[in-house]
Amino acid sequence: MLSRRTLVGALSASIALASAPAANAQEKIYIPLISKGFQHQFWQAVKSGADQAAEEFGVRITFEGPDNETMVDRQIDMLAAALANKPAAIGFAALDSQAAIPLLRQASEAGIPIIAFDSGVDSDIPMSTATTDNVAAAALAADKMAEFLGGTGTVAVVAHDQTSRTGIDRRDGFLNQIASEYPNIEVVSVQYGAGDQLQSTEVAKAILTANPGLGGMFGTNEGSAIGIVNAVREMGSVGVTIIGYDSGKAQTDAIREGLMAGAITQNPVGIGYETVKAAIAAMNGETLPAIIDTGFYYYDQSNIDNAEIQAVLYD
Amino acid sequence: MSAITTDAPQSTLSRIIAAGTHQRVLAFASLIVLLIGFSVASPNFMQTSNMLAILQATSVNGVLAIAVTLVIITGGIDLSVGTMMTFCAVITGVVLTYAGLPLMFGVIAAVLTGALCGACSGTFVAKMAIPPFIATLGMMLILKGLSLVISGTRPIYFNDTPGFSEISRGSLIGEIIPSVPIPNGVLILFIVAAVTAYILNRTVLGRYCFALGSNEESVRLSGVNTDRWKIAIYALAGSIVGIAGLLIASRLNSAQPALGLGYELEAIAAVVIGGTSLSGGRGSILGSLIGALIMAVLTNGLRVLSVAQEWQTVVTGAIIILAVYADMMRRNKTT
Repeated sequence: MLSRRTLVGALSASIALASAPAANAQEKIYIPLISKGFQHQFWQAVKSGADQAAEEFGVRITFEGPDNETMVDRQIDMLAAALANKPAAIGFAALDSQAAIPLLRQASEAGIPIIAFDSGVDSDIPMSTATTDNVAAAALAADKMAEFLGGTGTVAVVAHDQTSRTGIDRRDGFLNQIASEYPNIEVVSVQYGAGDQLQSTEVAKAILTANPGLGGMFGTNEGSAIGIVNAVREMGSVGVTIIGYDSGKAQTDAIREGLMAGAITQNPVGIGYETVKAAIAAMNGETLPAIIDTGFYYYDQSNIDNAEIQAVLYD
Repeated sequence: MSAITTDAPQSTLSRIIAAGTHQRVLAFASLIVLLIGFSVASPNFMQTSNMLAILQATSVNGVLAIAVTLVIITGGIDLSVGTMMTFCAVITGVVLTYAGLPLMFGVIAAVLTGALCGACSGTFVAKMAIPPFIATLGMMLILKGLSLVISGTRPIYFNDTPGFSEISRGSLIGEIIPSVPIPNGVLILFIVAAVTAYILNRTVLGRYCFALGSNEESVRLSGVNTDRWKIAIYALAGSIVGIAGLLIASRLNSAQPALGLGYELEAIAAVVIGGTSLSGGRGSILGSLIGALIMAVLTNGLRVLSVAQEWQTVVTGAIIILAVYADMMRRNKTT
């Protein structure tokens, strides 16, 4: 009777044993990456970049993230387990900086360099942060918008939120560029749709209703951009230039159809790659810049099928 | 009511305890096997710091599992514990950070909020005769929504309350014996387990808990106000959830309003692995505690072995099914 029950344990132990040789056979340098997510296409793209760097530099990486971006405590448990393996360096994308700081401090006291990626960590512990320069990327969106409008007209912004770093940077990057470079373009409205497609659709429809003759709209992430597309489609508005952010099937389809003029895409593969590369450099005692800009691209109908762009888009 | 308390359940009670002991030995054995297996597989697994990390990871799920155990023994289920925990944490944030009251008020607020929410669920189940699955599903959504509304969807930080993060992160034991800095959160888990086990096995409330799960109708027919006892049990479970809310808030130094969904299922999994029957009338707190430890050891061990995350999930699911199957086989043989 007892053996039936212990069977359970024995099974998992044998799974453990079976996978052990893989872990111990090669004495490679080990760098765990703790991400904000795992199953989204964006994070899978980050992972593929990290895998690429791992192969290139001959290190071993693991990539883990909680099921959704609310599970702050699960992310900390992952960090704790990663520390147990005495890693050479750690890549970390904090869900909540404050909650992770005690463990990060413990790691840095143990001499394990930490590289932040994606959104970074509000602390001086990480030696560098591999991230998209969202301000510059949104400024590029503003330049493209101005080009389409011929330097004059009205524009509106549908942003995903007013509190997150990415939300603030993309909004301000766009607004500041318009304000400083294009005096004849007027920003008539900035509203927030929580990155939710439906909510962003309602927000965009309200903006279109309130501003007849609107020249252009900028959506600061995938959900916001798709919301604008939906709104224009539902209201049958014409003559509105739409510029989006990130990718996803609905957005790339809108670009192919010509409904959306173009969009900014980050380089998630580059984020993963640069994180691992920076971790190795930090491990070797090299000095690193505070921010590693992993790059971004503007894509539209003309270049959407180029290999360089296809590599960073996701459906 | 007094007729029941005198002698009738005495024999059933001792049978229950005997059965429970057997079950716990089995669960404990698999925990040991897991620990040994992982230690052999990876030299990095059996370290003090990693063991402490496992215990720390168990603390919140363990306390939630203890709360759910009470409800499951009555033959019910509580799907709301995850979001209720968050709601209690948010209320603590309101009391401590927004209102600026001293630490003690935050602790009291968390426990009272939990008890109140539990009493609500209990009332839906007992007085309005809504099936526990539906009643607590409703509560789960209500509390998730309220947490978001009250917090304005933003985390509430506890930076202005000195000592708050010590509730979970500090270590009283470590101050006495510096070599084993067991976090307070773990200490609290064990205290909650001991107190709840005492209530369950040595008090009238505990006896009715089992009796309601075994045969509610006969308890009612013998003149007991079953509704009142049921509400009391849900409220007790709720107050324990309040403690879990304190633990997670303290550990994260913040009340995260969007967190909580999915935690109820992990708590229920721990309870089931610990041998508590989902059909009610049987179960133990120690079993649930061991169940929660098994889940944490498994998750941590697979991570330390760098098993790909996709497979970690598959293995955990398989273990739950195997654990329950082994338990059923054992019971079929004994009866």
